[in-house]
Amino acid sequence: MSSRNLQQGDVPIVMTINGDRLELHVSPWTTLLDLLRDHLHLTGTKKGCDHGQCGACTVLIDGRRINSCLVFAVMRDGAEVTTIEGLAKDDSLHPLQEAFIERDAFQCGYCTPGQICSAAGLLAEDRAHSREEIREHMSGNICRCGAYTNIVDAIEDVMAQEQSQQKAKVA
Amino acid sequence: MDTLITHIGRPTRRVDGQLKVTGRAKYAAEYDAPGLLHGAIVSSSIPAGRIVRIHTDKAKAFPGVVEIFTHENRGKAAWLDYKWRDQVAPPGHPFRPLHSDRVVFDGQPIALVVAESYEAARDAATLVHADYQPDEHRTDLLVERERSYQPPKKRSGVPKPPSPRGDAEGAFDQAPVKLANTYRIAAEHHNPMELFATTCVRGGDGKLTLYEKTQGSQNSQSYVTSVFGLKSDDVEVINHYVGGAFGSGLRPQHQLFFAVMASLELERSVRVSLTRDQMFHIGYRPEILQTVGLACDAEGRLQAVMHDATAGTSHFEDYQENVVNWSGLLYRCDNVRLSYELAKLNTYTPCDMRAPGAASGVTALECAMDELAYAARIDPLELRRINFATRDENDNKELTSKALDACYDEGAAAFGWDKRSFEPRSMRDGRDLIGWGMATGVWEASMQKTVATAKLSANGHLEIATASSDIGTGTWTILTQIGADALGLPLEAVTARIGESGLPASPIEGGSWTAASAGSAVQAACDEVRKSLLKQAAGLPGSPLADASPEDVRLNAGRLELKADPSRGISIGEIMTASGIGEIEEEGKAAPDKLQMLKYVSYTHSAIFAEVAVDEELGVIRVTRVVCATAAGRILNPKTARSQILGGVVMGIGMALHEEAMTDHHLGRVMNHNIAEYHMPVNADIHDIEVIFVAEHDDKASPIGVKGLGEIGIVGTAAAVANAVFHATGKRIRDFPMTLDKVLQN
Repeated sequence: MSSRNLQQGDVPIVMTINGDRLELHVSPWTTLLDLLRDHLHLTGTKKGCDHGQCGACTVLIDGRRINSCLVFAVMRDGAEVTTIEGLAKDDSLHPLQEAFIERDAFQCGYCTPGQICSAAGLLAEDRAHSREEIREHMSGNICRCGAYTNIVDAIEDVMAQEQSQQKAKVA
Repeated sequence: MDTLITHIGRPTRRVDGQLKVTGRAKYAAEYDAPGLLHGAIVSSSIPAGRIVRIHTDKAKAFPGVVEIFTHENRGKAAWLDYKWRDQVAPPGHPFRPLHSDRVVFDGQPIALVVAESYEAARDAATLVHADYQPDEHRTDLLVERERSYQPPKKRSGVPKPPSPRGDAEGAFDQAPVKLANTYRIAAEHHNPMELFATTCVRGGDGKLTLYEKTQGSQNSQSYVTSVFGLKSDDVEVINHYVGGAFGSGLRPQHQLFFAVMASLELERSVRVSLTRDQMFHIGYRPEILQTVGLACDAEGRLQAVMHDATAGTSHFEDYQENVVNWSGLLYRCDNVRLSYELAKLNTYTPCDMRAPGAASGVTALECAMDELAYAARIDPLELRRINFATRDENDNKELTSKALDACYDEGAAAFGWDKRSFEPRSMRDGRDLIGWGMATGVWEASMQKTVATAKLSANGHLEIATASSDIGTGTWTILTQIGADALGLPLEAVTARIGESGLPASPIEGGSWTAASAGSAVQAACDEVRKSLLKQAAGLPGSPLADASPEDVRLNAGRLELKADPSRGISIGEIMTASGIGEIEEEGKAAPDKLQMLKYVSYTHSAIFAEVAVDEELGVIRVTRVVCATAAGRILNPKTARSQILGGVVMGIGMALHEEAMTDHHLGRVMNHNIAEYHMPVNADIHDIEVIFVAEHDDKASPIGVKGLGEIGIVGTAAAVANAVFHATGKRIRDFPMTLDKVLQN
C-alpha cells in the first residue's frame, strides 16, 4: 500500500510496521521518518532535526533503536519496524509508557516517543545497570524541557520491574 | 467535617499523558488535508545587502514543484507595517517576509518553494540561488556597544530602569569593600524539540484552519487576519499540543506567513515547516554585556549597587527585556543606579526566552554578590540574609508575599550548606576539585486578563474552556484539577478545552502567568455555575436550599449541598430535570486588581544551591547536585510544578556550561546552526536535582493564590554553578558559557 500516486523511480519494498506487513512503493530519497509521518500518517515518530542529532525520530528496527531520519526507507527492505504506535500490546500501555506518565518524564511530549523507543532499545541491549549508565546511554535523545532526571527514574522503575519478574521466574 | 476529595495540591498525572506517550497527541505538522501542498523556505546566505537577482528556473523545472514565491511575486499582504504587529511585538517595524529585495539578517527568508510533496519542495529549494549586492554588516556586540543607545520607545509590559536613588557612585567610592566587574552571556537559541510548523487547511468555503506552533492561538489569528485582510470568522488557529517553545512561540514565526500566503494564492492547503537550521534565524536570547558594581560595609550591608547592561537587538525592532531592575529590588540598598541600552545587530529580532532579562541580569548580579561575599569574607548565603529586602525599593511598593528566607533555610538544610568550607580549593574528591555555590532567583508573579467558560451538564459532566495553551507546562492538567475541585467532581468528569482561537479570550502562554490567569478565570466561571445552579435549586418547590446563599453551599459528589448540613442538598441531575434545563453554562473573568497594584507588587523567589566537580587538567565541569528551593505561592500540582523547576534548572545549567550561538563576525553568520554544534544539556550532563516548594500563602498575587513557575527555575541557576566553580577552583569565569577552554585559561 502507499498513500500517494506511484512516481517514476519508486522502488517496491516490503516492510512490517507495528506487526502489519506492508507492500510499499517509495522514492529512493524518502527517509524512513518521512515515510512514517507523511506517507503512512504514523505521526507518533517525531522530526526534531532531520540530522540524527536529537533522537526524536528514534524507532526500533529489528529490535534495535535507530534514528529513522538517517535511514532511507529503501535501505530497509524486509525490515520489521516498531514505532511508538506499536509499542503498547493490546489495550494496555507498555511498562515504559506507564512509567513515563507516573514519573512525569516529559512535558511538551515531543521528544517522548523517541525517548520511550530509545529506552525500549536500551532495555533490550541490557547494558545499563546504574543511573549513570542510563544517563550515558540515553544521551542521544535530547529533551529540551529538561525531564532527564524523571526519564532516568522511569527507566530505572521498569528495569527494577523486569528484574523482579525475572527473579520470580527463576524462583 | 470536611471530607471532600480535592485534586488541587495533589501530584496528579498529566491528563494529556496517555496521548503523549502513545504518539497520539498531534502537533502542528501532523495534520493532513486532501491535496496538501508542502512549502520549503529558502534562506539568505548573507547578513546584509540586496538581492540583485534570484534564480528560480531550475527549481521551477523540478518535478512536483507548483510555485515559487520571491519578493518579485509575493502574494498580497498588508502594506502598512503596523498591520504586521503582533500582540507582543517590541517597538519598531515588524519583519515582513519577501517584502523587498533588502536583506537585513543572516538566514532571512528570500523564497518559498511549494510542491506536491515534502521531498520535492525540500530538494527544489536547494536549487534556488540569489545574486547579492552585500552591504557592510554589524554582528559583533563588543564592537557595536560603542553605538549603544537607550531605546527611545518603551516596550509594553517591560519596565524601564528606575530613576537612580541615593548616590551610588559616591557611596561606592567611600565603601570599605567594593568591586566592579563585567560579565558576558552568549546569545542563546530556544531550540524547542518541535520544528516550527503551520499546516494551513483550506475548507471548501475558503475558510482557513491553521494548525500552528504557537504559544497564543489568538495572537496568530489576529496576525493572520491583520496581515492578509481576512475576517476573524474565516480563520481558526489550533495549537492543542505544542512541542516546547520557551518563548519562541510568543510571536508568529515565518512559516505562519508563508503557509497562509501560499494557501491564499494557490487556493490549496499548504504546510510549511522550518528546518532546525532555520530555527537559528528566528528570535533568540540576545548576547549581553553587563557591568555590576557592588559595595558594602565591613558587616556586609550593601552601600551601593550599579548595574549597566548592553544587549543586542535587530536593525528593525527595539527588543527590550527587564535585565537590570532586579538589582534594585532583590536586596536592600539606599544607593542604586541602573542602566540598560541596546545595540543594533544584523540578526533577526531577539525574542523572550525563559525568564527573559532575569535569566541574564540576575546571573550577573548573583555572581557579583558571591564576589562581594569573598571580598568581605562573609559566607555567601549570610551576605544575602544580611541584605534581605522586605519591600520593592524600585517602585516603593509592598510585596504580596516573600518566603525567600524559607527558601534559604530549607534549601541550605537539604543541600548541607553548613558543611561547606569557606576557602576556595578546599574541597576535593579524588582528582576532582569540588565546589559549592549558591544564588538567589527572582521573577515577577503576574496575571493577565482572561476569560473562561464552564458548562455543567445534567449528567454531572463539566467542560471548561479558554483559549490558553499548554507548551508542556501542564495547563491541561491544572485547569482540569481546578474545575474538578470547584464543582466537587472527579477528574474524569471534567474536560478541559484549550488551544483553539475560537475559545474565550486568553493571553499568550508566557510570563509564568498562565496558571494564575487561566486558573482564576476557570475558578470564576465555575463559581458562576454554582451560583446559577443554586438559583435553580432554590426556586424548586420545597427546596432544602431555598434560603441558602452561594457561600453556604458546595458541590460534592454530584450534589449541591449545605456546607453546614450536607444532608440537605439536591443532585445536579434533579435540579436540572426539575428546572427543565439540560445544562448550565457560565462565563468567568480574571484580571489583575489595578487598585491593589498601586500598593503591592508580587514576585516568586528561589534559592539555588549547586555542587560542581571540576577536573582541572581537562577543564571539565560537571554539575553533580542542585537543590532549588522555590517560593511560588500555592502549588496546584506538585508533580507538574516540580517538572517546571527541573526544566528551568536544566536550561540554567545549559546557560552556565553549554549554550552559545557562535557568530563568525567576518561573515556575519551563525556558524553552529544545528544541535550537534549548538550544545544543550543532554541526559549525561544532568545528575541529581532536588526541588523544594516552601510554604507561601499569598491571597493577593492572584484570586487562586498561585504565582507561576515557568521561569523561576532558570533564574540564578547559572550563577549558582559559576559560584560553585569559583569555590572549586578559585577562578572567576565571567564569560558564559563556562566552556573548558575558559577553565584551562590562566
